[in-house]
Amino acid sequence: MTTVDLDGVYRAEYGRCVATLTRLLGDIGLAEEFVQDAFAVAVQKWEQKPPPNPGAWIVTTARNRAIDRLRRESTRQARHAQALLLHQPDEPQEVGPVRDDQLRMIFTCCHPALSPPARTALTLRLLGGLEVAEIARAYLVPEATVFQRIVRAKKKIRDAAIPYRIPGAAELPDRLASVLTVLYLIFNEGYASTSGELLRTDLCLEAVRLARELAALMPDEPEAIGLLALLLLTEARRPARVGPSGELVVLAEQDRSRWNRELIAEGHELVRRCLRRNQPGPYQLQAAINAVHTDGPATDWTQVLALYDQLLHHTPTPIVALNRAVAVAEVHGPGPALAAIEHLDLPGYHLLPATRADLLARLGRTTEARAAYDQAITLTTNTTERTHLQARRARLTPDP
Amino acid sequence: MKKYLLAVQYDESTPWPAEDDMREQQARTAKVTADMQAAGCWVFVGGLVGSHATTVVRPGDGATTMTDGPFAETKEQLGGFWVIQCDNLDQALAWGEKCALACGSPIEVRPFEDAQWT
Repeated sequence: MTTVDLDGVYRAEYGRCVATLTRLLGDIGLAEEFVQDAFAVAVQKWEQKPPPNPGAWIVTTARNRAIDRLRRESTRQARHAQALLLHQPDEPQEVGPVRDDQLRMIFTCCHPALSPPARTALTLRLLGGLEVAEIARAYLVPEATVFQRIVRAKKKIRDAAIPYRIPGAAELPDRLASVLTVLYLIFNEGYASTSGELLRTDLCLEAVRLARELAALMPDEPEAIGLLALLLLTEARRPARVGPSGELVVLAEQDRSRWNRELIAEGHELVRRCLRRNQPGPYQLQAAINAVHTDGPATDWTQVLALYDQLLHHTPTPIVALNRAVAVAEVHGPGPALAAIEHLDLPGYHLLPATRADLLARLGRTTEARAAYDQAITLTTNTTERTHLQARRARLTPDP
Repeated sequence: MKKYLLAVQYDESTPWPAEDDMREQQARTAKVTADMQAAGCWVFVGGLVGSHATTVVRPGDGATTMTDGPFAETKEQLGGFWVIQCDNLDQALAWGEKCALACGSPIEVRPFEDAQWT
């Protein structure tokens, strides 16, 4: 077996193996240590003959090494208890327990008692199997910062006794919402990153992969399906979102033949599943909006506006109101759209002045449009978006 | 079992509630305490007098000095607290939510040292 294959197995199995070992050992840090040990053994052993089920092999090897080590080191009561735990019968090959281990890990990583950046870092590290250096690169923060975040989060999980469990029915809606937010933010950071270049594909792909896993683990949660559909339909348009010289291409100007038809078909099918279930939520509604955008040769804006009305009713936030205004402009014209955003309060958010500028430009109020573009250009931290805004500003016709 | 401190972060700058409201609030917090006792996780509860009655004793060079007032001059002061024992943070947070709604103040949920994560 070549190194490339081992990397693949590592990415695919790391999270699952750590999840199972965490249940057996009662500690995430120990679980990671022994899973890494087992992968180190695999590097030597698999050269001749890779096992038929690499994940199960890693779990068994990690578990045996943990038993050995803890026996040798069980001077303290705690270590002894951990070793005893390992003698409990375990069936890592069965689907049920493995599925539950993964869900336990997802809910632990996204626990609301952890800070949002810690949730993201833990999720990418423990579920995605990303190295600390990769996470740091993706978020353009120093490695030490990510490392500290993860260490601190794991310490809090241990010291405050954040339980390794799937939340009960009463807490599930809130806790699931926290998980969905984490995956959504990971995708968003990749799609419209807060700094540097426009797209960071690795984060997008990782978020889609995790959303896929979550949807498979919780097929009866319509919002989990909705999130996956939303990510797929957004991801599908990615190839058309950046032009030949790296510039941003807005939806109306995108070459639709460059969209990923397979992802769109999959996303549409998921949206239809959600519609049949008829328990709408914010992610399902956003997915439905994106389904309309990707249906046929042009967007049916009346339908988009109807969906935004529903979304605003569900999630009455200024961001949703701002996005809804774009649909208002298409259906009722720029005047009513401008009136709809005039009262919005989104300090520091560049898309508010950017949208205002576009609407003012369409109304021929060039001087005001120019000032609004200037404001948006100052606020954005994404270089590609800045270039895009500067180009739009330059395109304004001079005042009469 | 782990022990947790549920500390009431009372904002002393807010006006004192009317007597009826105060009685209602006391009834609500007493109910939470009774529920904790019924669930077998209650360890201790106490309400504290305002920080105007607080004195800080500081060590230094083997002697002590005393100053009037709370240790930190902030709007939020420790207004009272519960100590509970339960299995994990989720259970403690569930009690924390009940306490926050009952007394209308933020609750800081803090684990005691030296319990095992089992």
